[in-house]
Amino acid sequence: MDIKHAKDYLYWLYYQYLLITCCYVLEPWEQSMFHTIFITVFAMVVYTAYVFIPIHIHLALEFFSQLLGDQRESTVAIMK
Amino acid sequence: MERPEQGLGEPDSHPRANGCSLTGHGALRNGYVRGLPEAETQIHHITHNGGLYKRPFNEAFEETPMLVAVLTYVGYGVLTLFGYLRDFLRQWKIEKCHHASEREEQKDFVPLYQDFENFYTRNLYMRIRDSWNRAICSVPGAKVDMLERLSHDYNWTFAYTGRVIKDVINMGSYNYLGFAQNTGICKEAAAKVLTQYGAGVCSTRQEMGNLDKHEELEKLVARFLGVEAAMTYGMGFSTNSMNIPALVGKGCLILSDELNHASLVLGARLSGATIRIFKHNNMQSLEKLLKDAIVHGQPRTRRPWKKILILVEGIYSMEGSIVRLPEVVALKKKYKSYLYLDEAHSIGALGLTGRGVVEYFGLNPEDVDVMMGTFTKSFGAAGGYIGGKKELIDYLRTHSHSAVYATSLSPPVMEQILISMKCIMGEDGTTFGKDCVQRLAENTRYFRRRLKEMGFIIYGNEDSPVVPLMLYMPAKIGAFGREMLKRNIGVVVVGFPATPIIESRARFCVSAAHTKEILDTVLKELDEVGDLLQLKYSRHRLVPLLDRPFDETTYEETED
Repeated sequence: MDIKHAKDYLYWLYYQYLLITCCYVLEPWEQSMFHTIFITVFAMVVYTAYVFIPIHIHLALEFFSQLLGDQRESTVAIMK
Repeated sequence: MERPEQGLGEPDSHPRANGCSLTGHGALRNGYVRGLPEAETQIHHITHNGGLYKRPFNEAFEETPMLVAVLTYVGYGVLTLFGYLRDFLRQWKIEKCHHASEREEQKDFVPLYQDFENFYTRNLYMRIRDSWNRAICSVPGAKVDMLERLSHDYNWTFAYTGRVIKDVINMGSYNYLGFAQNTGICKEAAAKVLTQYGAGVCSTRQEMGNLDKHEELEKLVARFLGVEAAMTYGMGFSTNSMNIPALVGKGCLILSDELNHASLVLGARLSGATIRIFKHNNMQSLEKLLKDAIVHGQPRTRRPWKKILILVEGIYSMEGSIVRLPEVVALKKKYKSYLYLDEAHSIGALGLTGRGVVEYFGLNPEDVDVMMGTFTKSFGAAGGYIGGKKELIDYLRTHSHSAVYATSLSPPVMEQILISMKCIMGEDGTTFGKDCVQRLAENTRYFRRRLKEMGFIIYGNEDSPVVPLMLYMPAKIGAFGREMLKRNIGVVVVGFPATPIIESRARFCVSAAHTKEILDTVLKELDEVGDLLQLKYSRHRLVPLLDRPFDETTYEETED
């Protein structure tokens, strides 16, 4: 029973996605095209986030900790 | 659960729906909004405007939620991109072109079909077109039969399967008092008159088309409205478009509401007068235009305007709002202009005895110079009328284009109007008419209250039987129409260009023919569909009514 509820809920979420992006009114081949483009863009966003966000946060934290911790030293930090 | 009449122990501020007693309306009184104390007091303060209003005026247009607006634009963006793609494919003959286009030999001529203007029609409207132009095959009463149709090429062509969908609950017909029937006294009388006079009149009013029935009907309409005389016309649209040119001309000024109907706009343009538009139901805007008109006069010559005519409607059918008639009349008297009131939707539907918006506000019919209305909505017939002073009507009899060129009303239709009007006035000896008016008021209040409680965004006045339910997103327009038809309810959905691009809506017309069971069924299905399509946008935050100072830079001026 739970699987059925879960499946219904997922189908309802898919229906909302179709309605909001107006895929509901498109023909099937247009829908496939839109899904492909959307998934590609979404995948690229996820990949970019995965690859770059940790490094940027790490760098930012290092920069600010250097800045706040040791004010007599030069503010240019050499990174590897 | 019936609330006791006359409000035990409550003072006279007890709201009455069109003068009828409320039953079981515990939740909303005087436009109270639950949960927001500031909004309550604001609305309370605004509705009692200088003592002009004898009853609370509760009108609300909730603001579009920001996220919904953004997503709507996203949806339209996607559809536009796909529209460009499809147009490209059609242009390069990769795809078959279904819409009208010129022949090969004519391609070098001036284009006959303006391709870009039809972009919206081709690429958006066509995809959801199955919600409109549905064929019905029975009388449009509370329930109606529809012909089922299918499309195999995505709505470019339709095929009828031959099956009839029976007893679809009709929430779209303008059948406010339930006179659209094929049984009963109206039908008997109309059938008798049909055998006596035939169906056609075959002439215009001024030639051989003036029957004794016309005289009888006009006297009755004048008595019904409380005016000196009235004149009837064969078609409601042409009543406006053909009579406004007869009343005003060059050198006159027309002040028309932003959201006026196409017939009023067409009539105003045909007349050749200068047209200025004031914001919808906004009295500050109207007063500013009137002041400017009186002070500055005509544009170049600075001469005074020959006539100033204010065009308003009783109930605006796309918004469900009611005109602020007491204020308009006060302004009209102060600045000595004329008032043309189009009561197409409000006659029969508002007021204690169904006499329209003038009775609803308790005003004198003589204050409105030209009272226009149609018989199509509450009387279940066809045609329109204009009522006013005897001199005005005598003038229109000779100068109206409709009287000279258009065929007059058909006899069976006139009999339907006569019988239904007498019924509403109570002259047939029964209280059937008064019951209908009361039932409509109760149905309206009940329906609106329940929809608001469910969380939908509903526009318009509490007492207006036209109920617009906001949909916003373009895909939901098509989805809503189809889902409701699956559940055997027929609704009218409206999108661009009848409404602003993001404010598409479903418009319900409550009728006296709807029983409480029918309304409950509809409300139950609306609840389901609302959850399925996520239409319950309301955050119970109402925009305060428009008593804010008018912004000088935002009104348009059109001169011809």
